[in-house]
Amino acid sequence: MAKQYETVIGLEVHVELATRTKIFCGCSTAFGAAPNTHTCPVCTGMPGALPVLNKQVVEYAMAIGLATNCRITRVCKFDRKNYFYPDNPQNYQISQLYLPIARDGYVEIEMGDTKKKVRIHEMHMEEDAGKLVHDEWDDTSLVDYNRSGVPLVEIVSEPDMRSAEEVIAYLEKLRQIIQYLGASDCKLQEGSMRADVNLSVREAGSSRFGTRTEMKNLNSFKAISHAIEGERERQIELLEEGKAVIQETRRWDDNKENSYAMRSKEDAQDYRYFPEPDLVPIVISDEWIQAVKSRQPELRTEKLERYKKEFDIPQYDAEIITESKSMADLFEAAAAICKKPKKVSNWLMVETMRLMKEHGMEPEDLRFSPENLAKLIDLADAGVINSSVAKEVFEKVFAEDVDPKQYVEEHGLKTVHDEGALRTTLEKVIEDNPQAVTDYRNGKEKALGALVGQTMKAMKGKANPGMVNQMLREMLG
Amino acid sequence: MDLLHLTAAELGRKIKNREVAVTEAVKAALARAKELEPEINSYVTLDEAGALAQAEAVQERIDSGELRGPLAGVPAAIKDNLCMEGQLTTCSSKILSNFRPVFTAEAVKKLQKAGAVILGKTNMDEFAMGSTTETSYYGPTKNPHNLMHVPGGSSGGSCAAVAAQECWYALGSDTGGSIRQPSSFCGLVGLKPTYGTVSRFGLIAYGSSLDQIGPVAKDVSDCAVILEAIASHDAKDSTSVQRKDYDFTSALVCGVKGMKIGIPKDYMGEGLDPEVADAIWKAARVLEEQGAVIEEFDLSLVKYAIPAYYVIASAEASSNLERFDGVKYGYRTAEYDGLHNMYKKTRSEGFGAEVKRRIMLGSFVLSSGYYDAYYLKALRTKALIKQAFDRAFETYDLILGPAAPTTAPELGKSLQDPLKMYLGDIYTISVNLAGLPGMSVPVGRDSKGLPVGMQLIGNSFQEKTLIRAAYTYECATEKQYEVPAEVRIGARIAADRAGDLRGSGGQTGDAGSLASQAKTELPEVQPKSGREA
Repeated sequence: MAKQYETVIGLEVHVELATRTKIFCGCSTAFGAAPNTHTCPVCTGMPGALPVLNKQVVEYAMAIGLATNCRITRVCKFDRKNYFYPDNPQNYQISQLYLPIARDGYVEIEMGDTKKKVRIHEMHMEEDAGKLVHDEWDDTSLVDYNRSGVPLVEIVSEPDMRSAEEVIAYLEKLRQIIQYLGASDCKLQEGSMRADVNLSVREAGSSRFGTRTEMKNLNSFKAISHAIEGERERQIELLEEGKAVIQETRRWDDNKENSYAMRSKEDAQDYRYFPEPDLVPIVISDEWIQAVKSRQPELRTEKLERYKKEFDIPQYDAEIITESKSMADLFEAAAAICKKPKKVSNWLMVETMRLMKEHGMEPEDLRFSPENLAKLIDLADAGVINSSVAKEVFEKVFAEDVDPKQYVEEHGLKTVHDEGALRTTLEKVIEDNPQAVTDYRNGKEKALGALVGQTMKAMKGKANPGMVNQMLREMLG
Repeated sequence: MDLLHLTAAELGRKIKNREVAVTEAVKAALARAKELEPEINSYVTLDEAGALAQAEAVQERIDSGELRGPLAGVPAAIKDNLCMEGQLTTCSSKILSNFRPVFTAEAVKKLQKAGAVILGKTNMDEFAMGSTTETSYYGPTKNPHNLMHVPGGSSGGSCAAVAAQECWYALGSDTGGSIRQPSSFCGLVGLKPTYGTVSRFGLIAYGSSLDQIGPVAKDVSDCAVILEAIASHDAKDSTSVQRKDYDFTSALVCGVKGMKIGIPKDYMGEGLDPEVADAIWKAARVLEEQGAVIEEFDLSLVKYAIPAYYVIASAEASSNLERFDGVKYGYRTAEYDGLHNMYKKTRSEGFGAEVKRRIMLGSFVLSSGYYDAYYLKALRTKALIKQAFDRAFETYDLILGPAAPTTAPELGKSLQDPLKMYLGDIYTISVNLAGLPGMSVPVGRDSKGLPVGMQLIGNSFQEKTLIRAAYTYECATEKQYEVPAEVRIGARIAADRAGDLRGSGGQTGDAGSLASQAKTELPEVQPKSGREA
């Protein structure tokens, strides 16, 4: 019988914090500016420049630490991690090794019906590096320091995960918590959330860990999943052949769907960590922790609880909507404007979800405003437009965030309530469909539906279906 | 009128009273520098044109009544590890030989605000690593009291410039004694403030946890005035402290009645030159006569200060100097094959021997497996030294001793034995490790005519106690700033050597010309210092 193997996975997750300015200077953290426009002597490592810590970074890190059940380190310090690379202007990174801001936490993930704790070993604050741009044409490398000094937290888990599904569940949970805190937008594609996967395999039942590898450059959940599957198989294959797994760092190639060895443990650098002398220790008092806690926004569990009390929407809808902070925000804002939570929930659950699926979008990618959704609901509710027109207009709102009121006006989509015009149309429909009229009069209720359909068609969908129904009955007497 | 012998405060008063124009003072200093620089080499950059332009601007601010302070219009020199926007700032290193910062150091800004005219940037040991100003890429600076001797270091250029009357005062930096020791060797008053008193923003770091900027002055009054001008809380430096007092000149009071002064036995024993010991004891007696209570006591742990210092300072330096890699600014090797080769060649060619030695030492003590044995142990030693001082200050108001074990050594003697050079810092280093204020005050000369400096050490934030004691000593001895012998005969020296050695033209051109000239002179300088050995 073939041996059974268990996969053991631990994660190092980097999250870019949503501060307006960098961790050690006043430069903007905005993404996508022209190269080296968000820089100053501090984040370009000029001689004589000194770092000054951004307090918001500490508060975001504390908030994440508290929300992931960590112990906050009361006197925490920064350390220097020394290595030479041009994207690192000082040739050292200011990070935390000896006294990281938070330790010993966990998050709970749900796998089907069972719950599982993934423990967090520690979490530390650090600065991001710049970006190298290689110019193949004239064989030079250029450095953009806009990202240099953007604040990061690195969350290091214990090796508690056993499958790609657990890893994804853990990441989704972390993302949800951090987004709820407003501490980061956690976009894998844009790199504001990055995960390195440490993986080893061992024979089922063994209590000793196997030799692990670390995989980098994983930019999507799909890549993470595939990389885990691939690496698991590669390691098992090696063991089956009686070969040893080498402790090394591997780089995932998304196009080739394969990972490649970058450097082995022997080549590992000695970072010569030591306490950063340009920064003073951060002393975190009970009062400060309390203040951060009290400012902590409502997290998902509390939100669900509140939805149950406040809004008359199905439990299932509430769960789906609160899965993402941006969806929940959209829901609450729209509901507050139109005062029809149930209708808002319906629009999100049905039409929004359908279009998101169609376009392969995440809730964070939604671009329409709660105002316009609320307006659309009001229009439909007041009978200004009928439900099929409403769906048509919503697609426009979803795609371009158009003002539905204006759009309906401009495109003449209002439901016609003019009895005279409707009567004229109905008379024509009755005249043109004698068979249906006869059938109805002979008691075939279904025939009425056909006549309503014909009328709607003739009115280009703008008639009020209830009114059509009622008048038809009267006229056919 | 001979302006050059005046102290900074005296010159400031004359400028304020319209007896002297700022330009006049600047021209006098520039003329003196032109005369002596070929011999003394205090400056890396003498900014003649810039100084004259500043003089006019400052004069206008004085005339309009905007500037009223004691330093308005007084020309000064700045150690070349303090950044000045657009001005060559080299740290006396080849690797920064073309570096012009984009901002000005906070301490320099404070001086400019007070109306200082900056004449230029002074020579130093490369990246402040050294005790003689011989490790400079721009050649050694010489002691104005005897040109065969070093001025001390690393702020040797600042001290020589003040002593030689090439400016009225200067800023230095002190990581292990780099203000106090050269002040002592050059017969000046130098002060290293309590860590955190003067902003380090714009100071090119050597040992960040030990570095402080401070004044180099002709007398105690000047020292207090300058410190008052540069001390400030600065949000740009996280280690900067908001002090309760910044009124250092209020301590210029004669009288130390009842002041308890401790003299550490360990400072006055083995290894101390008898002539220096003699001068220190005499100075202590003067203070005793003025009413101070003098006692000897054991300040243990002093012998551990040197290893702890060289571990901590080198560790920090090895990291601080990583940014000099040829990528962004400064020197880059001419030819290279790939990134790592560029790093290696740039740094091998750009740094001198002493800097390389300390980078290697620092990298070693931080490397994995050695961190606990060296760096951590050094940090513990540092804490113990602070405790020993804390205990001493429970009994004493200040501590008195020598600033250095000897007077200024001869040129070329120290670098041959770096260990011996390191031991020369024994009295000053522990003050940096404990973050305390320390001051060097001239208290006489040895038989060769070289100045001896007394060191006063205060508890944290007790600069005023130091200033008061030093000022009392000055009052009691009617001690005045003494013009060094070589300066008095400076004209003759210059005349003697003008034609044959270097010529007198082109020494004081616009900013940077001296530096580039020094570079071409390097081959004849190098063998003397033996630093590439």
